Amino acid sequence: MNIIFLLAPFSVLLGLVAVGAFVWTLRSGQYDDVQGAAARILIDDVDPDAPDPGGGTDT
Amino acid sequence: MALTLDAMTGPDMSAFLRRSDDGRTSLDLLVTGARCAGCISKIEREMAGLAGVENARLNLSTGRLALGLRDANVDPGRIIAALGRLGYPATPYDPGAALVERDREGRRLILALAIAGFGSMNAMMFSVPVWAGLFDQELGPATRSMMMWLSAIVGAPCAIFAGMTFFRSAWRSLRAGRANMDVPISVGVILTLAISFSETILNGRDAYFDAAVSLLFLLLIGRWLDHVLRAKARSAAGDLLALQAPVACIVDAAGRERSIPLGDVQPGDLLRVRPGERIPVDAMLEDGEALLDNSLLTGESAPERVGPGQLCRAGAVNTSGLLTLRASARSEDSTLAAIARLVDAGAQSRSRYVQLADRAAALYVPVVHAAALATFAGGWALGLDPREALIRAVAVLIITCPCALGLAVPAVQVVASARLFRRGVLVKSGAALERLAEIDHVVFDKTGVLTEGRPALVGASPTIIALAAPLARASSHPMARAVARAAGEGPLATEVVEHTGLGVEGLIDGRRARLGRAAFVGVPTLRSGETELWFGFEGESKVRLQFSDVLRTDAGATIAALRARGITIEILSGDQSGAVGGVADAVGVASWRAGLMPEEKAGAIDNLAAKGRKVLMIGDGLNDAAALARAHAAIAPGTALAASQNAADLVLTGDALMAVVEAIDVARSARRRALENFGFAALYNLVAAPAAMIGLVNPFVAALAMSGSSLVVTLNALRVRAPR
Repeated sequence: MNIIFLLAPFSVLLGLVAVGAFVWTLRSGQYDDVQGAAARILIDDVDPDAPDPGGGTDT
Repeated sequence: MALTLDAMTGPDMSAFLRRSDDGRTSLDLLVTGARCAGCISKIEREMAGLAGVENARLNLSTGRLALGLRDANVDPGRIIAALGRLGYPATPYDPGAALVERDREGRRLILALAIAGFGSMNAMMFSVPVWAGLFDQELGPATRSMMMWLSAIVGAPCAIFAGMTFFRSAWRSLRAGRANMDVPISVGVILTLAISFSETILNGRDAYFDAAVSLLFLLLIGRWLDHVLRAKARSAAGDLLALQAPVACIVDAAGRERSIPLGDVQPGDLLRVRPGERIPVDAMLEDGEALLDNSLLTGESAPERVGPGQLCRAGAVNTSGLLTLRASARSEDSTLAAIARLVDAGAQSRSRYVQLADRAAALYVPVVHAAALATFAGGWALGLDPREALIRAVAVLIITCPCALGLAVPAVQVVASARLFRRGVLVKSGAALERLAEIDHVVFDKTGVLTEGRPALVGASPTIIALAAPLARASSHPMARAVARAAGEGPLATEVVEHTGLGVEGLIDGRRARLGRAAFVGVPTLRSGETELWFGFEGESKVRLQFSDVLRTDAGATIAALRARGITIEILSGDQSGAVGGVADAVGVASWRAGLMPEEKAGAIDNLAAKGRKVLMIGDGLNDAAALARAHAAIAPGTALAASQNAADLVLTGDALMAVVEAIDVARSARRRALENFGFAALYNLVAAPAAMIGLVNPFVAALAMSGSSLVVTLNALRVRAPR
């Protein structure tokens, strides 16, 4: 039963960490451009070391 | 004054560069047409490749491109031209202070929402064992007391923090001597917290900490939806206005052209206005002759001829060549601003409209508080313990607390606005939808609403159009543009020279040709209309091209559809009776009036309102702005002047007039859903309140009933009719 005195505050603490994380995402502007974030994942990275960006080699 | 096409490069726009304190220079542009990942990478790569640009970031949701520049010597005009070549027209954008303020309110709301969400989940975690105890599971009094205390420690601070929005609003409303929806919410939450604390201290059974927080959580969702709706509409409306470019082009002492924000224009400044642009402020014509399209100011479709030294009014469109003007008033003193002030006065009268939710609150508040009071008094009188009677009274307050009511309207309005936004209708506020649903009479303006509002070629043979097209494509004159549109893609004339106010001259297949006014082309005519162009090769016979403002293709269908919905229609126009009568006959409207001044239009709206009609005004011109503000609901097309868009509740961002009918359908459907939600909330209260009075409600039942009713209301909101 004593374990509850440890677990209850711990679970509240976990919840607070989640709230903190949410506030951080908000402050750092991660919801400012939701559509853009969804589209940007489709953009290929420009790799300066790539040998030939034009030649596609399908295997 | 002859002007070659090479001289048409853009003016200097360095006034839009922003310098921050740490010496960095940035530029904000509003980009249209970017929709996909390809657009982002293309724009950002091209921009970063330009000399002087350090970084570029495009926000796809808002269409704003933020550029970081190396120094202040970068020419924004060059960047805009580069974007134009990529196929994305851009305009400088000034974010302004209003945007920052709006953001702060949104952040406070979402923080309250996050805290309430955390509080409701964690307080409920400690409530579940207590609920188990309610159903005779094993739970000793000491454990239950501990769980209640834990629930209090987590729930109470969260409830107080999240509730501040409601407490403040309730206090403001009470001080004004009225009771809005926030009053019962605040009273309910505060009483609930108080009774829960006393029960916890006295080792009682019923603590409602989780209910208080989850109530606030659900209500904050409604608040947040409402805020998002308004913020989104406001920023979209701002973007539309920014696209109209509040920019004036002035000529400085050195003879260089510079673009400056409209507000910076001083009387005495020398202004340049290109063909097709609007006169930025009231100004005197310096030299030559100007042909001005006043249709947005007076509704008249025929252009007005202005001589040197005469006044050109702000808002008129230059349909002749390049004009040089001397500013005679500041922007805020110009004709446009004068009418904008008239609009503000009208808009205040509309703010007297009481929204559905507030009307429901006015009914709901006294009933619920009387019921709670009756429960306490009745329980005590019938021999209940005062403490037990008080708990029952609080249970009545909690169970009837307006979760469903608070969500009923915002949820419906958000769904309806999103549906309309996708169809090219911008809803500026939720109240606008409610008013639009009530209308039974539509007043149309003619020019720019029922008609296209720009000259179109009529009755010319394709051969003549094809002959004149190479010259027309080289000109920026609105009528020449109309010829170019009619001809489509094709070759361009060479050695083109544009003669201000007269026409264009150039070589087509080696033959010299002219397109322009009768005298310029070489036609000896006494009667030279403003709605025609002449065209001919040197030494050959000349032909006349006739223009007129044509009807929108869906104008007739729109009016028929409105009739089918039992709405009466009227046309009020500032144009001459011949032009208005023609349009009225073409679309089949019997009731029309022509030659009206702006005040007469507003007066006509007031007369209709006095007869009890709910009028929807659809207009685009400055002469409509006052009428738009007076009408019960108002719609303006996206091409309308800033003042008219400000005065309207809804703005059409697309070309189709049919969107008006869709907006009315969706508004009516939204109103039905909102009323259904109120009906459901009333039904729920009819069952729940008596149950709470006779003591059947415990904290577990309260939590279930609250989330259940909110869910039903939200699901019903999703049933708002989608436009076809």
